[in-house]
Amino acid sequence: MSLKAPLFAQGKTPSTLAPASTAAHQIFDLSIFVVTITGAIFLAVGGLLATALYKFRARRSDPMIEPAQIYGSTQIELAWTVVPILIVVVLFLTTARIIFAIQDAPKPPGALDVTAIGHQFWWEFRYPKYGIVTANELHIPVSPELAPKPTFLKLTSADVNHSFWIPQLAGKTDLIANHVNTMWLAPQKSGLFLGQCAQFCGSQHAMMLLRVYVDTPEQFDAWIKNQQRSGRQDAQVAAGRKVFETQACMNCHAVAGTAAAGRFGPDLTHLMSRATLASGAMDNTPENLRQWIKAPDTFKQSALMPAMQLNDEQLDQVTAYLLTLK
Amino acid sequence: MSDYSVSAHEAFGPPVSVKKRGTFLESLHAWVVTVDHKRLGILYILYSTFFLLVAGAEALLMRLQLAYPHNQLLSPQVYNRFFTMHGTTMVFLVGMPFLFGFGNYIVPLQIGARDMAFPRLNAFSFWLTAFGGLLLYYSFLGGGGLYGVGNAPDVGWFAYAPLTARSFSPGHATDYWALALIVSGFGTLGTAVNIIATIVSMRCKGMTLMRMPLFTWLFLVVSMLTLVTITPLTAAQFMLLIDRYLGGHFFDTQAGGSSLVWIHFFWIFGHPEVYVLVMPAFAIANEVIPVFCRKAIFGYPAMVAASVGIMFVSLGVWAHHMFTVGMTSVSNAFFTLSTMLVGVPTGIKIFNWIATLWGGRIRFTTPMLFCIGFLFQFLIAGLTGIMLSVSPWDWQLHNSYFVIAHFHYVLVGAVVFCIFAALYFWYPKATGKLMDETLGKWHFWLFTIGFHITFDTMHFLGLLGMPRSIYTYQPDRGWNFLNLIVSIGGVIQGIAVLIFAFNFVRSYFRGKIAGDDPWDAWTLEWTTSSPPPAYNFEQTPEVHSRRPLWDLKHPDDPDWEYEA
Ligand code: HEM
Ligand SMILES: [Cu+2]
Repeated sequence: MSLKAPLFAQGKTPSTLAPASTAAHQIFDLSIFVVTITGAIFLAVGGLLATALYKFRARRSDPMIEPAQIYGSTQIELAWTVVPILIVVVLFLTTARIIFAIQDAPKPPGALDVTAIGHQFWWEFRYPKYGIVTANELHIPVSPELAPKPTFLKLTSADVNHSFWIPQLAGKTDLIANHVNTMWLAPQKSGLFLGQCAQFCGSQHAMMLLRVYVDTPEQFDAWIKNQQRSGRQDAQVAAGRKVFETQACMNCHAVAGTAAAGRFGPDLTHLMSRATLASGAMDNTPENLRQWIKAPDTFKQSALMPAMQLNDEQLDQVTAYLLTLK
Repeated sequence: MSDYSVSAHEAFGPPVSVKKRGTFLESLHAWVVTVDHKRLGILYILYSTFFLLVAGAEALLMRLQLAYPHNQLLSPQVYNRFFTMHGTTMVFLVGMPFLFGFGNYIVPLQIGARDMAFPRLNAFSFWLTAFGGLLLYYSFLGGGGLYGVGNAPDVGWFAYAPLTARSFSPGHATDYWALALIVSGFGTLGTAVNIIATIVSMRCKGMTLMRMPLFTWLFLVVSMLTLVTITPLTAAQFMLLIDRYLGGHFFDTQAGGSSLVWIHFFWIFGHPEVYVLVMPAFAIANEVIPVFCRKAIFGYPAMVAASVGIMFVSLGVWAHHMFTVGMTSVSNAFFTLSTMLVGVPTGIKIFNWIATLWGGRIRFTTPMLFCIGFLFQFLIAGLTGIMLSVSPWDWQLHNSYFVIAHFHYVLVGAVVFCIFAALYFWYPKATGKLMDETLGKWHFWLFTIGFHITFDTMHFLGLLGMPRSIYTYQPDRGWNFLNLIVSIGGVIQGIAVLIFAFNFVRSYFRGKIAGDDPWDAWTLEWTTSSPPPAYNFEQTPEVHSRRPLWDLKHPDDPDWEYEA
């Protein structure tokens, strides 16, 4: 089945070798420097070792006497103590510069604030300035070098430890309960960037996928506007809404503008604006949505949403309702 | 064969003259009650070799699951249990017992002692360790109560809080995990104390500290390191159990506890633990390499100093496992520097091994091949370790397949390779038979090729953004082909290990008779018969240099004239 998928790394690969933001570029350049030095060491030492093995292999024709015994040499040993120390100093100074450049970067006035909260096994994103709450798919503006508009993330967890990782945009930062971490993203080109949770967090850690949409300013404004609209109220789907509000969905999920204000599961106010369901476990299609509500286990075993006991009619109704949450 | 039935009696006292074979039950009984360090050593080795096969099978199943995306061979829960059990088993039931068992066997012989300092403590330690392993695997049956078959722990071998809290890990699997490590940890502590006492007080006449074989030196260092690392682990396990059963809040974030406390405790143990595993590997290389290139080790005092240096520095680098938890930039810089500094004494060791080879007459026997593999792979592991110490880059590489590649280069490329070298090298001493060299070379080449196919490829998966601990992945990530390659390498390694197991068993019955000193070696264990008699030496030897047998074989050119 899946063997049809591309074999080699392609466009959607979350490769650390294809950096697309300021910090990721800094890390990438540093890594090239480190690889150059360690590569040189590998060639030198490995070459020496290979030479020794080749040059001094025992041949049958060799006389059966023991070779000359050499017990050590202070000068040589001193040399190969001092040279590595010098290399360490160079590596360390270069590294320290980048550590401070990234970790202690000042926050410019125009920066966007987002709070990311890790849950077993999905992501919650809040935009305090805009009053938006969404899940699993993060939208941030592009940050051109001349007019930077970085996004500053506050990271924490609602349960166990998780880790936020979009390789092309930045290294990972852990999300820890009772503890707020910070990081920033300054992506230089727009597009979709993939990542996923990078700290084992329980049975569905593998399906805690993450999508970051880097939007152009226009796209971002449009997205914000849409997210700020509260849920659509359509008479035709009143039945579905009633199911949602009476069948325990609202204990866990919120839909702005309705009585549903649950916080245990993802906010569903603009569910249909998202490409995937259940943190990337499947595409967001009407059929998948229906199936998910009926039996979340078929896509994501031991996800923390129970299989809802609905009859077919209720299922159709609630799905129809969810489909209006654009 | 009969060599062993004789020593069935040896456990009870000095050699007896009765050379008759006991019944099976009698000899089993003799093995169970033995306090002889050699028999205990062999028990450790058999015990850990068994778990090597178990944890290897778990690894193979995991790799089959990951061979292609969305494979459904293992369910997510089973996969998570396997990777937890694989890691825990390899570290606690394979690595440590093997290496300590080996030390147990060799150290008293090498220092001319008749047994360990505390033979009964020695037996007690082994049985504690063995019971720990039993407890861990019993969790497959007992983790959810006897009825929940298949409930082994699934929290990772690092078991980060608060995933291990009762609210997130109900049932008893996590309790088995903690209890098993507490119990086997006490066993390890007993052995460490015993080895230190033995080395300090039981050396034969003339064996000053600076005449001790490097193997023994490293076991002294490792045992001291063990004392200071198992202790925080055991403390953390008790805190975890207190949280789970007595309402403690050390790690319980829902009651204001902190996950970071666990992470610090775990890595204060966990990082030095890596050196506890790898320094015995150095110990083995220090014996094998000189013998097969026919030269004294180059720079003995520097090797000793480097080992002690590694021990101290390794205690100050644990937070390089924590670059992503949100430490300050100053802490990140500090742990970057301290980690890079480990490279200096490690570099000295590698250079000294190369210098030892330089000018020698190198014989490529199977044990030597495994040591050469070790040298290359450990060089690579050291360099990827430098990469990981660069904390900004570690923000990318941490918890990715790059890290898995790095630590398998250490744990398999260095530790397991040296374990194999040791098995081929000392097998004739313990059994009186040589292992088959042709099969040994098949084993070496297949294992080495499989090893590099598997673990080298993983570096690239990590760079391409594949995180560890995932039971499956999406087909559009560009990881499919590389994962398939990795799995194929795993199968090749599995085949190689089967060849080894076959050779190991067959040589016991069919192997060539080895004689006392088949490799023309220089340390005291080769002066005894193969296998050595109870109490090792009829007369405790006296030594004048680091290579007593060299002096014996070259009376005209003895070693002590040159030693610094
Ligand atoms: C019929 C009632 C329910 C409906 C229609 C519903 C719908 C959904 C949908 C559409 C998602 C995917 C959201 C996304 O990926 O953005 C989801 C996920 C989730 N729901 Fe529900 N839900 C219902 C009941 C519940 C209940 C009662 C709970 C709590 C006990 C719950 C907990 C969760 C959780 C934890 C997730 C995240 C799963 C993951 O990605 O790992 N849901 N739900
Ligand atoms: Cu997670």
